[in-house]
Amino acid sequence: MTESVPAPATPSQDAKSFADHLRAIEFDARMVGMIAALAVIWLGFNWLSGGAFLTPRNLWNLSVQTASVAVMACGMVLVIVTRNIDLSVGSMLGFVGMVTGLVQAQLLPGLLGFEHPATWLLSIAAAVALGGLIGLFQGALIAYLAIPSFIVTLGGLLVWRGGAWWVTQGQTIAPMDSRFRPLGGGIEGAIGTTASWAIGLIICALIIAGIAFARRRRKRYGFALRPLWAEIVLAALACGTVLGAVMIANAYALPAGVARRLTEAKGGTWPEGGLIIGHGLAVPVLLALAVGVAMSFLARRLRFGRYVFSIGGNPEAAQLSGVNTRKVLMLVYGLMGMLVGIAACISTARLNAATNSAGQLDELYVIAAAVIGGTSLAGGIGTIAGAMLGALVMQSLQSGMVLIGVDTPLQNIVVGIVLVLAVWLDGLYRKRLG
Amino acid sequence: MDMTTPLVEMREISIAFGGIKAVDHASVDLHAGEVVGLLGHNGAGKSTLIKILSGAYHADAGEIRIAGKPVSISSPRDAKRHGIETIYQTLALADNVDAAANIFLGRELLTSWGTLDDSAMEAETRKVMGRLNPHFRRFKEPVKALSGGQRQSVAIARAIYFNARVLIMDEPTAALGPAETKQVADLILELKKQGIGIFLISHDLHDVFDLADRVSVMKNGKVVGTAHVRDVTQDEVLGMIISGKCPPGAVAGPGALRS
Ligand SMILES: Nc1ncnc2c1ncn2[C@@H]1O[C@H](COP(=O)(O)OP(=O)(O)O)[C@@H](O)[C@H]1O
Ligand SMILES: [Mg+2]
Repeated sequence: MTESVPAPATPSQDAKSFADHLRAIEFDARMVGMIAALAVIWLGFNWLSGGAFLTPRNLWNLSVQTASVAVMACGMVLVIVTRNIDLSVGSMLGFVGMVTGLVQAQLLPGLLGFEHPATWLLSIAAAVALGGLIGLFQGALIAYLAIPSFIVTLGGLLVWRGGAWWVTQGQTIAPMDSRFRPLGGGIEGAIGTTASWAIGLIICALIIAGIAFARRRRKRYGFALRPLWAEIVLAALACGTVLGAVMIANAYALPAGVARRLTEAKGGTWPEGGLIIGHGLAVPVLLALAVGVAMSFLARRLRFGRYVFSIGGNPEAAQLSGVNTRKVLMLVYGLMGMLVGIAACISTARLNAATNSAGQLDELYVIAAAVIGGTSLAGGIGTIAGAMLGALVMQSLQSGMVLIGVDTPLQNIVVGIVLVLAVWLDGLYRKRLG
Repeated sequence: MDMTTPLVEMREISIAFGGIKAVDHASVDLHAGEVVGLLGHNGAGKSTLIKILSGAYHADAGEIRIAGKPVSISSPRDAKRHGIETIYQTLALADNVDAAANIFLGRELLTSWGTLDDSAMEAETRKVMGRLNPHFRRFKEPVKALSGGQRQSVAIARAIYFNARVLIMDEPTAALGPAETKQVADLILELKKQGIGIFLISHDLHDVFDLADRVSVMKNGKVVGTAHVRDVTQDEVLGMIISGKCPPGAVAGPGALRS
């Protein structure tokens, strides 16, 4: 037994191996691997498309297209971590989207009047509440009646897709409220360059404060600290990424007509040669990031998240430790449903219409994003950040293939192969690290 | 010692799983500062009996008294509220999280913001593990990465950290080498001195004879008999385990062989 060998009182500095150093700076090889894979995909498509991939315009659209799946992937991580699955999210998105469209285009205008300032907020609240209720209901069937989640949510996949049709007998609802539409991105969903810089700087400040705060805590308890240089490099990389993303979003210029209208609306005059006004970050992207941060916080810093992971590691152990495993499982599905509600708002706003086919096949993209992002189907392992990166990887593959003119059947084939390959590689990596 | 009210009394406890009477009218008791060995073959019902006390199972019939008062234990939380801590035979650890997360699972330390106070939990874990396994260093790793002995230390740490009144140890030395087994034996004697009552389950007769004040022997879900270790020989107890024959030094239970 290794622990019966007394450890030297002070391990000499130079005896430390490379692996020890990596551990000391808490190097996350899986995350770095994913970022590398993303870089390869981006550079590859950029080369194949003759430089059309790494343009502000394409990257901006990519970020907006990723948002809805990324939001749902955050919830799917927790579902899969508890050794369960949710196949119903795509259909739920369709159903919740239809109901939200109905509430927004018929119910609320009847009650409050057309284009009422509260309509967008009430619509979102309705979507999140409805999604949450559906999730709780499915979760209760799984947790308290012990029906396998695969079956409950497979049933849900059929039920909610049918329900989405029933809401309006198949009719599409359009258009959406003008204050609701920014949720989907597009020109009205771009927050502008100044606000983007402000948000970017605030995020950087929070990152630095977070790192400093964690370091102070560890110091107080006298635990080993990461070397200062590693902290600084980490902070610099994180802030660099944030500000780089802002720069790219700001570099994507609004169409001249829109820019002119905007300038004149602010009382400015449109100069002869025109003006370049950038889009800035998109609302759905900010929403997805906020969801990601909140879900990471919940998963890692709150008791609830600790319970979710311990249930995934050993459900019996969690129960014997006094965790109310059934309630936690039901709440995980409730949370998943709320995130589907948010995603439904994003995709309805993006289409500027509620259609009963919205979200078709999304369940597969969401599960794939979580799994590519390192969530283990055996349960107990997964990160929110990984799943969001996984969503970006999936969307990059798809957008890239569209850009270089790969036809749809081949796109599906490639995405399918990449999914299987990614999980295989992940399994190899896990085995090597034990 | 037997004159005082027992800390724990389990009376006429029965539980069946699909027709199999895993525990059948079993009665055992335990005093403060006492070690009671629970002996019997595999499948005798030892783990099932103590799981009823620790809230993992709910008895079909019978009564549990703590310090003379009847109590209802319907969940592990209830048991812990009565100061009953358990080291399960399977250890019951969540393999994917670290030692601190396991020790505090269900009873996490929180910051004033209501978030997990991982630093405080790690600091406490270092203290309690230092007492059990001074060479333990792998505080940051999931317990899956630990050796059998280290995992056992984590399970023991979880049980003793919260000031138990009653400690249930189900085969606590099963995964341990001789040196660590000795450590656990020393720990049991120390806890006994602090006035904690301990149910020690083992299939190793020698271990139990060295540590226990009394032994109860189970066979086919029934208690064969209970005896002070000074009143019976090891061979007699072996006879109880194998054939269910109750020697004169023991108080016969419902499972005793009638002659
Ligand atoms: N959860 C359960 N479901 C069905 N049968 C069980 C369960 N737990 C224990 N048993 C049965 O109860 C009997 C007693 O088992 P156990 O208490 O584990 O014995 P011991 O700990 O003395 O080896 C065995 O026959 C076992 O198969
Ligand atoms: Mg047993």
